Amino acid sequence: MSLSLRDVRKSYGDVEVLHGVDLVGRDGEVLAVVGANGAGKSTLIRIFSGAHEMSSGEMRIDGEPVHLRSPHDAHERGIRTVYQELSIVPGLSVTENLLMGRFPKRRSGLIDWPAAHRKAKELLDAAGFGAIEPRTIAGRLTVARQQMVEIAKALAGEVRVLVLDEPSAVLAGSDLDALFDLIRRLKARGVLVVYVSHRLAEVMELADSIVVIKDGVIIETTEPARTSEDELIRLMAGRKLEQIYPDRRDSPGETRLSVTGLSRRGEFSDVSFELRAGEIVGLFGLVGSGRSEMARCVFGAEPPTSGTGAFRSPADAISHGLAFVTEDRKRTGLVGGMTVTDNIALATMRATTKGPLIDMPGRKERVAGMIDRLSIQPARCATMPVAALSGGNQQKAVLAKWLLAEPRVLILDEPTRGVDMATRVDIYRMIDALAREGLAVLLISSDLTEVLGATDRVLVMREGRLAGELRSEGTTEDEVLAHAIGVAA
Amino acid sequence: MSVNALPKISRDLLVTVAFGLLIVVMVVVAAVTTESFLTQANLTNLLKQMVTIGLLAYGMLVVILTGGIDLSVGSVVAFSGILTAGMVSSLPIPAAMAVGVVSGIGFGLVNGVLVARFGLAPFVVTLASLTTIRGLAFVYSEVPIAPEDPAFFTLGSAMAGPIPVSTLIMFAVFLVGGVFLTRTPAGRSIIAIGGNAETVRLAGINVRRHVVLAYTVSGLCAGLAGVILASRVGIAQPSVGVAFELDAIAACVIGGASLAGGKGSVRATFGGVLVLVLINNLLNLYGVQSFWQQVLKGLIIIAVILAQRTNRVRA
Repeated sequence: MSLSLRDVRKSYGDVEVLHGVDLVGRDGEVLAVVGANGAGKSTLIRIFSGAHEMSSGEMRIDGEPVHLRSPHDAHERGIRTVYQELSIVPGLSVTENLLMGRFPKRRSGLIDWPAAHRKAKELLDAAGFGAIEPRTIAGRLTVARQQMVEIAKALAGEVRVLVLDEPSAVLAGSDLDALFDLIRRLKARGVLVVYVSHRLAEVMELADSIVVIKDGVIIETTEPARTSEDELIRLMAGRKLEQIYPDRRDSPGETRLSVTGLSRRGEFSDVSFELRAGEIVGLFGLVGSGRSEMARCVFGAEPPTSGTGAFRSPADAISHGLAFVTEDRKRTGLVGGMTVTDNIALATMRATTKGPLIDMPGRKERVAGMIDRLSIQPARCATMPVAALSGGNQQKAVLAKWLLAEPRVLILDEPTRGVDMATRVDIYRMIDALAREGLAVLLISSDLTEVLGATDRVLVMREGRLAGELRSEGTTEDEVLAHAIGVAA
Repeated sequence: MSVNALPKISRDLLVTVAFGLLIVVMVVVAAVTTESFLTQANLTNLLKQMVTIGLLAYGMLVVILTGGIDLSVGSVVAFSGILTAGMVSSLPIPAAMAVGVVSGIGFGLVNGVLVARFGLAPFVVTLASLTTIRGLAFVYSEVPIAPEDPAFFTLGSAMAGPIPVSTLIMFAVFLVGGVFLTRTPAGRSIIAIGGNAETVRLAGINVRRHVVLAYTVSGLCAGLAGVILASRVGIAQPSVGVAFELDAIAACVIGGASLAGGKGSVRATFGGVLVLVLINNLLNLYGVQSFWQQVLKGLIIIAVILAQRTNRVRA
């Protein structure tokens, strides 16, 4: 079966994010979609899955025009989507997650549990994930296994198109092999697999055709045989790699943060490292490696079970010159309903009062200075709700909040996730400039290119422990990944 | 689309104007269709009636902004009133009244600590204190207490020119309260906590302390409202104030506050108080039976909120 898009456009409010996408996928093909964060991949996926309606354009299945109005519509037509964010219900068993809404019933109307578990087992076996026991509570599985349950769930019934959004982000080793096997088998059965990933090595290995999306348009349609990873990076970024990241910094100065034997039960253990003035240190690890948890603990957000170097509370950390740009700006970085000014001033509010009141003119001036310095767009956004800014500018607002506190140590957790390439480059420049002024920077990232390109050295975490420390210069992405997965010599 | 194109400020202005218009229309309708609305007795009465619900609504707003709710305020009104009336026999009147207000602060503090320190659900905590404090009011005195000293009535009945002193006190609470929420770090923190408590915590702000503060402010307002009410009526009853919390919540919600927290305005809540008091007064003047009054009030609240919602969806 074939799936084609013609001149598909999508706008949210006044903002158009897809500017006329043309795309053809044929049956028995793996179609890889690659692009930088914010290029429009997620929007494209939501259109495939029926989660969002396109604003204009045409979708055809087997040459016949279709209009998907809901995920149900897409499901009916055999289009299944596995999102990056898992939708597993953690308190229910694997069987319940797999068969939700479609349980086999007895004549009495009650659920036939033995039959349900059998059916679940069949689904898992068919997907090649037979190692998962249907009766397990889904929340007790590793993230990788939960992902596999999610995929098995998508494969129930008749599947004609399978859309996988960054499926390999949490998989490694034999789990990854199982996924690749599955994709090859589906392909042989004539299923069209749309594979969205920014792990380019995988894309080169799996894909039959590759489309590169950038700023909401498809800028290239190619095949592995006709392109290279370097070429793809250049296309995605719109510039060469060496133009994205600033030059590395000279030898670092005094120690600014020293963590020794830091542990927190169930999350990470025995982590020791130092951050020095003027250096940018990368921290890489797969989901579940404990990297963000460790950073939160150092910042005083959660108490450690043992070890030294963590602060008592965020207030304590801030008073010692720490700043922490968290991973999820919606949940932990911004107060969405408040203005840009309120958000940027949040961490420095108490330190800048006149008597009992906030010094309003002073606050306005400081915020305006930050908006200008970080070129937050639109320039007159001070009184706008922060939620009205684009993702990249929201990220800059979070950064502005912390820079106002004049930190000496800056921890950044995934600062470029969901941020367009132009803003990414701005952020790299900003971090570089700060480091050169003498800040110590810890850059937590799951983007291998970034974690090597923007840093001086890289710490790798695996299963809650520090698994290696590498010099960024001259280290390859595969070497970092090998440490993170645990296959390094 | 045309609404969409308007800048944010003028959209807010639009809502404010529409709200003001509603109040003006209600006043005009009342003035034209009844003879008694514009009499001095009725207007004075109206201003006095506003005090209790006004004070409770401000306190409620502060709690709602944190994403919480305070169901105990009606019971606090009864307790602080009867405690004050009971104390009059042994304490000078200002001291007795202070004791009443302090009892409100104490209850608010306990609510706040249970919510913030022990992480209990605000609804459950204040539901429990609603019944506990009501019980305590009856334990203190099963029968109403009517102090004979005329000085006891001063706070609730004294006039400053055409305006009751108690109304001025309520205005002052809204004025100071407005400055507190918009201009002080604590006020901004309270609003931010309702929007996203984790972000606020990671910004180095003590979330628990601010949540406790919010419930304490609500307790203070309820304590003050109870003392003023007892003084105005001249008699303190342990049964007074049942369902007052609902009027206070309604005033906040009519004023556009979000029960999820983080969103609400002092000015609009004051507008909500005006709307509610006018509804009550109008229905009284029309001689509508009190049960029908309840029905109508409920329907009007839904209508106002639906109107706001439509507005928001369009915006």
